[in-house]
Amino acid sequence: MSPVRRKIQRLLVLFAFGVLALNYPLLALFSKAVMGFGIPLLYLYLFAVWAVFIILIAFVAERKKMPRAPYPFTNSRKTD
Amino acid sequence: MLQEWVILLVSLCYLGTLFAIAYYADWKSDRGESVISNPYIYTLSIAVYCTAWTFYGSVGRAAETGAGFLPIYLGPTLMAALWWFLLRKIIRIAKVYRITSIADFLASRYGKSSLIGGLVTIIAVVGIMPYISLQLKAVSTSYYVMVHYPDFEMIQGHRVSSLWNDNAFSVAMIMAAFSILFGTRHIDATERHEGMVAAIAFESMVKLLAFSAAGIFITFIMFDGPVDLFDWASRYQETAKLMKLDVLPGGYTNWFTLTFLSMMAIMFLPRQFQVLVVENVNEEHVRKAAWLFPLYLLAINIFVLPIAFAGMLLFPEGHVAPDIFVLAMPLTEGQNILALFIYIGGLSAATGMVIVATIALSTMVCNDLVMPILLRGLSIQQVDLSRVLLFIRRCSIVFVLLLGYLYYRFIGESYTLVTMGLVSFAAAAQFSPAILFGIFWKDASRRAAISGLLAGFLVWLYTLLLPSFARSGWLPISFLEHGPFGIELLKPYQLFGLTMFDPITHSVFWSMLVNTGLLVGVSLLDRQSTMDRIQASLFVDVYRHSGDTHLWKGKAMITELKNLLARFIGPRQTDRAFATYANTHKIDFTKDMQADAELVEFAERLLSGAIGAASARVMVSSVVEGEVISPEGIMKIIDETSQVLEYSHQLEEKSLELEAATKELQEANKRLKELDRLKDEFVSTVSHELRTPLTSVRAFSEILHDNEDMEKEERHKYLDIMVKETERLTRLINEVLDLAKIESGRADWFMENIDLTEVIREAVASTSQLFREKAITIVELLPTFPINVFADRDRIMQVVINLLSNAAKFSPSEEGTVTVRIYFKKREIRVEVADNGPGIHPEEQKKIFEKFKQITDLRNGKPKGTGLGLTICRRIIEYHNGSIWAESKPGKGSKFVFSLPE
Repeated sequence: MSPVRRKIQRLLVLFAFGVLALNYPLLALFSKAVMGFGIPLLYLYLFAVWAVFIILIAFVAERKKMPRAPYPFTNSRKTD
Repeated sequence: MLQEWVILLVSLCYLGTLFAIAYYADWKSDRGESVISNPYIYTLSIAVYCTAWTFYGSVGRAAETGAGFLPIYLGPTLMAALWWFLLRKIIRIAKVYRITSIADFLASRYGKSSLIGGLVTIIAVVGIMPYISLQLKAVSTSYYVMVHYPDFEMIQGHRVSSLWNDNAFSVAMIMAAFSILFGTRHIDATERHEGMVAAIAFESMVKLLAFSAAGIFITFIMFDGPVDLFDWASRYQETAKLMKLDVLPGGYTNWFTLTFLSMMAIMFLPRQFQVLVVENVNEEHVRKAAWLFPLYLLAINIFVLPIAFAGMLLFPEGHVAPDIFVLAMPLTEGQNILALFIYIGGLSAATGMVIVATIALSTMVCNDLVMPILLRGLSIQQVDLSRVLLFIRRCSIVFVLLLGYLYYRFIGESYTLVTMGLVSFAAAAQFSPAILFGIFWKDASRRAAISGLLAGFLVWLYTLLLPSFARSGWLPISFLEHGPFGIELLKPYQLFGLTMFDPITHSVFWSMLVNTGLLVGVSLLDRQSTMDRIQASLFVDVYRHSGDTHLWKGKAMITELKNLLARFIGPRQTDRAFATYANTHKIDFTKDMQADAELVEFAERLLSGAIGAASARVMVSSVVEGEVISPEGIMKIIDETSQVLEYSHQLEEKSLELEAATKELQEANKRLKELDRLKDEFVSTVSHELRTPLTSVRAFSEILHDNEDMEKEERHKYLDIMVKETERLTRLINEVLDLAKIESGRADWFMENIDLTEVIREAVASTSQLFREKAITIVELLPTFPINVFADRDRIMQVVINLLSNAAKFSPSEEGTVTVRIYFKKREIRVEVADNGPGIHPEEQKKIFEKFKQITDLRNGKPKGTGLGLTICRRIIEYHNGSIWAESKPGKGSKFVFSLPE
């Protein structure tokens, strides 16, 4: 697979993950009157997913092209 | 409380700073240095997305719905994940075809249709109207708050009857003046505004800093950090309920709708398209912007909830509108300077949006609405059109802002900021099907795009815009409650009885349904025109074409082209552009009078930058003579796929041919090597063969020479041997010569019709002596009739004699029998010579036809011939297109067969 196509596929999967995580029904699991670290659970979840999502975009988008596999190294030096 | 003049002065100073920045950036760019050419400025310019809506409205919405303000920023974050390939493709298209606006983009994609361009422009202007009025409302309200706080009666009731006392109107006019200064100083062929982008980026920094300052002050100085705030808030039912999503009007469906709307808005709002695509300097900047911009959104939103809760705890009576919490709290605390800074932040959020939106819209109104009409309807032959263009753009800026002001004046009062903004978002979403399908699906057709856009727009108008008129009393409210003319089924908020959605979701659902449905449906039924197909291919396969396809066929005079351009973008710019072109293409315009296709296309693209693709096409056609579009150009684009297929097919064939050729070459090489080896062998064998008789001749002659007194009888015997050896020598040399002649193709062949039977009889007769000597029986099984073949008589005779003498040689004396016969098999005439000798080992059967491969007689170990006879036979038979082979089993005699074609 070419690096470009691989990147596009990763971004599409990331997008799908984001849409799922930030919508019903997953979102409903966190809509509770509970505090986490003194912050309402819903807010904590939303901002945490948001931050993670940004980090993942940065990770995928900024990744340079995959290094090409080096050509098979042949030791052609004579050993006499 | 601050004096009014202080606020005014600071506002004007801020706007002056903006202008200075813009001027500096333009000045730099004229010198070829771009201050905006980096991903960070690009990201900040995209942040024009965060308007007064974000600055004031988010807190307001958070105070009503808790996390309900967030989808507006989560949508763009999600979309940013797709930017790397979606946005980059759009940018590439826009760069290659010099797209100036979203209307231009769609008009270009769908066959350079000015109808689409006009339609998109109208949708954009009408759709953006509420959004601009939102900014006016925010600025004017914040100004009132700054001036009159804490006199809430003044703030709430600042309705003024006179236009000239109306603060919002002044704001609108100041902004119009500002936009005109920014965006329409001169007509630029590139249609990029470096100064504007620099100013916008600066504004984005200011608004982020101002909002963060407010957030830090409220959260950490007025309260003891967010944990303390949330702890307080969780004790009161009013605020605690905001910590769940149950308060969201429309529930999760609404959440999803807002996410979707903002996903579309970040790409397809005219101003977002302007900064994302048109003003983009380098498409590689998208890579960084794709995560920096969401980060900006996260940063500007992180204090929204704390501020909202703080405001609700501080003003529980509800006399302060949540939309102004962010200003009201510092003012309550007496922090006037901080409040002023926050006010400037809000001002920058609003002005940024208004400047970019009006410039984008004015370009669209000018290029896609007014110009096509002007170019068709009026005679504008000898007018300097660049002034006309500027005039139209300035007017459209004023017009757009006036529209926004009117909407604010008559409708905006009854809405919160966010609700107004969402109406615009829903309008911008109407562009998304036409664009997204348009850049990935070639079959999306012009008629389909028109019907989709139009239907979507009308549904939006009916289900969102008209109800806002009704709610403000400009239409009877019964229109909302009972439907038009009392038709319940047509109630704008419950169209066809669909009652399960909130108004926004309801409108988005219906409008997107008809929009996308018509776009796809009509495309499938429609037949595209040639122009449609070309543009569709150019857009969808932009990475393959990249603008190097030459569509124009007709010729144009260079001077005419230049005059045309000069009228739109001014003579100086035209001269400069043509000079650059002449330099890069090594053309001397003083010599060439005729413009070639490439130059015409260059001129058209230059013109598109100024007046849009559709109008540019019309104008260029007017000076080009001859066929407008070359059939070759069309075929090249449309048939690209089949061409690629054809090409790959050819490649495949070539590679197969190459493979075959390689194989042949390898075989030929192998044969050559073998031949070389055989030649060496031949030379050494021949020398060896020649040496044997020579040695014996020499030995006997020496004996004769030394012994002169030898007896006559003995001398005779020796001489006899010598004669025989020389005969053998001669025969050998003859045969070598013969073979060499045949092999080199220098032999003479006398081809004629001969009677094979007769040839064989003669051969048998001439070898009968051999048979008689060894008392071998010879059996002739020959037909009584003649068999005609076309052959060289002597050569065939030579073959038969050779075979017969071989047979004689190898048959045992006394009981040997040699059979010669002719028969027909497989459409061939075959001659067979069979003996009952010792036979030939299977491995040797093929070798015996090679040179000097004679069968060593097992009985006495001495070869009985020259070793060339059978080789010569094979050459002769092969020359006659026949073949020769041996069939034998050791101990059971052997058969030599040769065949000749009939």
